[in-house]
Amino acid sequence: MSYPTIGGPAAEKKNTNVAHDVCVQSQIDRRNTITSGHRACQGCGEALAARCVLDAAYSATNGNIVVVNATGCLEVFSCVYPENAWNIPWLHSLFANAPSVASGVAAAMHVSGKSTRVIAQGGDGATTDIGMGALSGMFDRNDDVLYVCYDNQAYMNTGVQRSSSTPPMARTATTFPVGSYLGNDAKSGKNLPEIAIAHNIPYVATASVAHVTDLEQKVMAAIHIRGARYIHVHVPCPLGWGIKTSETIKIARLAIDCGLFPLFEVVNGAMTTSFTIENLVPVEEYLKPQRRFAHLFGKNAVPDAIAHIQKLADENIKRYKLLGENAHE
Amino acid sequence: MNKNYPFATVLAATTSLRNKTGSWRTMCPHYVNLMPPCNAVCPAGENVQQWLSFAQKGHFRQAWNVIVQNNPFPAIMGRICYHTCEKVCNRLHLDEAVNINLLERAIGDIAISHGWKFESVIPATGKKVLIVGSGPSGLAASYFLRKLGHEVEIKEAHALVGGMMRYGVPRFRLPDSIIDAEIRRITDLGVKISCNSRVGNLKSEMNKFDAIYLSIGASKPTKPDVEVRPGSTIIDAVDLFKRLTNEQSHSSVELGKRVAVYGGGNTAIDAARMALRLGAEKVNIIYRRTLNSMPAHEMEIHEALSEGIKILCLRTIKSVDHKEILMEKMNYDEESGILTKSGEEETVTADSVIFAIGQFVDDSIIKNIDGIAMADGGIIGVNECMMTGARGIFAGGDAISAKRTATIAIAHGKKSAHYIDAYLSGKEVEQKQKPDIVNFKKLNTNYYPKIPRINLLPAASISLEERTVALTEKEIIVESSRCLSCGNCFHCYNCYGYCPENAIKKLPDGSLEVDLNYCKGCGICAVECPCGAIKMMQEK
Ligand SMILES: Cc1ncc(C[n+]2csc(CCOP(=O)(O)OP(=O)(O)O)c2C)c(N)n1
Ligand code: SF4
Ligand SMILES: [Mg+2]
Repeated sequence: MSYPTIGGPAAEKKNTNVAHDVCVQSQIDRRNTITSGHRACQGCGEALAARCVLDAAYSATNGNIVVVNATGCLEVFSCVYPENAWNIPWLHSLFANAPSVASGVAAAMHVSGKSTRVIAQGGDGATTDIGMGALSGMFDRNDDVLYVCYDNQAYMNTGVQRSSSTPPMARTATTFPVGSYLGNDAKSGKNLPEIAIAHNIPYVATASVAHVTDLEQKVMAAIHIRGARYIHVHVPCPLGWGIKTSETIKIARLAIDCGLFPLFEVVNGAMTTSFTIENLVPVEEYLKPQRRFAHLFGKNAVPDAIAHIQKLADENIKRYKLLGENAHE
Repeated sequence: MNKNYPFATVLAATTSLRNKTGSWRTMCPHYVNLMPPCNAVCPAGENVQQWLSFAQKGHFRQAWNVIVQNNPFPAIMGRICYHTCEKVCNRLHLDEAVNINLLERAIGDIAISHGWKFESVIPATGKKVLIVGSGPSGLAASYFLRKLGHEVEIKEAHALVGGMMRYGVPRFRLPDSIIDAEIRRITDLGVKISCNSRVGNLKSEMNKFDAIYLSIGASKPTKPDVEVRPGSTIIDAVDLFKRLTNEQSHSSVELGKRVAVYGGGNTAIDAARMALRLGAEKVNIIYRRTLNSMPAHEMEIHEALSEGIKILCLRTIKSVDHKEILMEKMNYDEESGILTKSGEEETVTADSVIFAIGQFVDDSIIKNIDGIAMADGGIIGVNECMMTGARGIFAGGDAISAKRTATIAIAHGKKSAHYIDAYLSGKEVEQKQKPDIVNFKKLNTNYYPKIPRINLLPAASISLEERTVALTEKEIIVESSRCLSCGNCFHCYNCYGYCPENAIKKLPDGSLEVDLNYCKGCGICAVECPCGAIKMMQEK
């Protein structure tokens, strides 16, 4: 499948129940939920993805949303006292408790008879590590909240420390490759979308900042569903990953095209692949432009390490049918 | 309020819009219009991308208006142009080239069926220009000169207008009705055309006109070095086409059942295909070099072969004796281009032989004019302003070029018209700087889905009629939408949607602008622009 342009008709609708064939991001009247002047680094994937998610949610609810934000880059760069980049009701409490605060906001909306939809959002650190317990509870209670994780695969705000979403062999400030130590442990980490699925919540999806129409469709489908919902968005970080600021989207697209980041949607337990790869690329193409993987290439190249990462991609391709239903194995 | 409180206690909450992040920028995005490869190679300089952009929205009239800015014959060229544009189309690297030629024909035909006319002429300049010869070059020159306000008269030696479009291309490829319709538009502009009026004395014409354009073509058939014994039937290809200008004349031409054609150019192919249509059962083309080195267009070779025509390569004709052709086999080295005789002979039978080995320029008209001289290769010499050695006499088309195609002829007509206009008005021709050509590497092809090319179906039968398969409006829209719009914004809004700073502003008319207050210069917009229409430039 090729990537539709933002102004073009959206990719063929999947089993989502929203009818919109034009991307919100192409519209002159999009909300710009995060407005200009925020202090995200040049080429920030998280700032962009958050605007796409919230503009879509805003458009699908006629602006009837409230957002709870965990601590992290997204919160810090968007509201540096006394400036504020948010064009929607937005609140921040702590690093660990966004799911719980959002559960409370949803309950308040419920008892006061309001139909306002509640979104909680945070980085991968907030989601897969420190807020994991709160999130699991929110899932377990099936609270009426859409939780969106912007996965830039490390604690970026405090200087690129490893999180449980940091990929194998990546260099971070706390997984610095030295001698035979190749950076982040090959077998570590959590797969949060699968953990969310295991909670049997009504809606789970993965999405990428490189495929905005798909991302929007998922948000617009999820926002109206009752109960706990989870969307996991892949967002490159130029500073933390060591990529060109201009190549945020390109790198995110390569992650999809090599199979390392599968795009799928799970509605009431039924999984559908939302993007089949047209031009499959080897993982090297995704890894090589990133300085956090530079130690795997060049003079002291470690073919085994790349083979290992390729194996992870191959497993995804099989498991999520990324080459299509009938592809040869 | 309370300005006296210490910092950070009561700063009034404000929007981040106060923070002008444009100051972070070292590189700045600029919208550019670059040169698509199709446009760059088109001899006539057609803005293909622009007319396709109108066609894909169903705005066929605007598309046609754009074509005729550079080429007054869309329906004709949509049939006979060898479309070098499609050879360089960036879409070739993705799936298949856009079918530019077929679309030009479709739009040209729509214009004819709707009776669209050229826009009226600007006020008269009072200058008079004579054009000698009404082929594509002369007609194109007349069109551009007339639009510049000059009075134009064309003198044509033959009975019909059109030059090689009429006499060099068989009717099943280019029907008379199409030629007539597109020429009528030019005469409607006020161009006067006199047929059967060969210019004998150019000197006397020089007194009557302010400038002259010689588009006399290359009309004399080259005689091959072949021994022809009495009793053999020999005909020259151009003479054959001239005798076939109307249906009634077909019976006057007797070629027989077995026909041989000598030559390897487009005329040879056309003659062979015409012979089939006149009742020949076996047609052989005899050509001295290899199939690969035939000057004929590969599409035409392909069509001839599919009609059952045989091509006998690596053979020259030594003699024709009644129905027997004696040939000699040749050796040809494609790399060095060296052709040598093998000494080995062979015969083939044919009721008639058509010679199609080229034409040369008839220089009788310029013989007694001071200054004009023939250049190397038997063509009229002109300077870079298309002027011959005689002041005020210009020349173009087949008469000045070794590469003889209608498209190049039109290009000469257009170029000459502008130089003639400059000469008449004493102004200089403005030299526009050409923008960079967009190659495939400058595109981001992730955003272009594969779409199969719409092709003309092969003809069901060999017929004297043109195969008339009109594209539907929907097909025109689909095929022209395959254009990648290389180097020119097509409003996909990727830049607007992907800018993390909301620094691309979409104006109410749909156009785009960079908000320099907030652009941080990340460059995402430029990388994600599908067509390479955004360039990052160093901030000063
Ligand atoms: C309880 C607590 N521990 C640590 C911090 C410091 N801190 C602020 S943001 C952050 C990292 C956030 O990482 P992530 O959630 O992945 O978001 P990102 O900045 O990468 O978008 C940390 C460790 C904190 N604010 N609160
Ligand atoms: S994407 Fe936005 S911030 Fe980045 S260079 Fe383009 S206009 Fe500037
Ligand atoms: Mg993070």
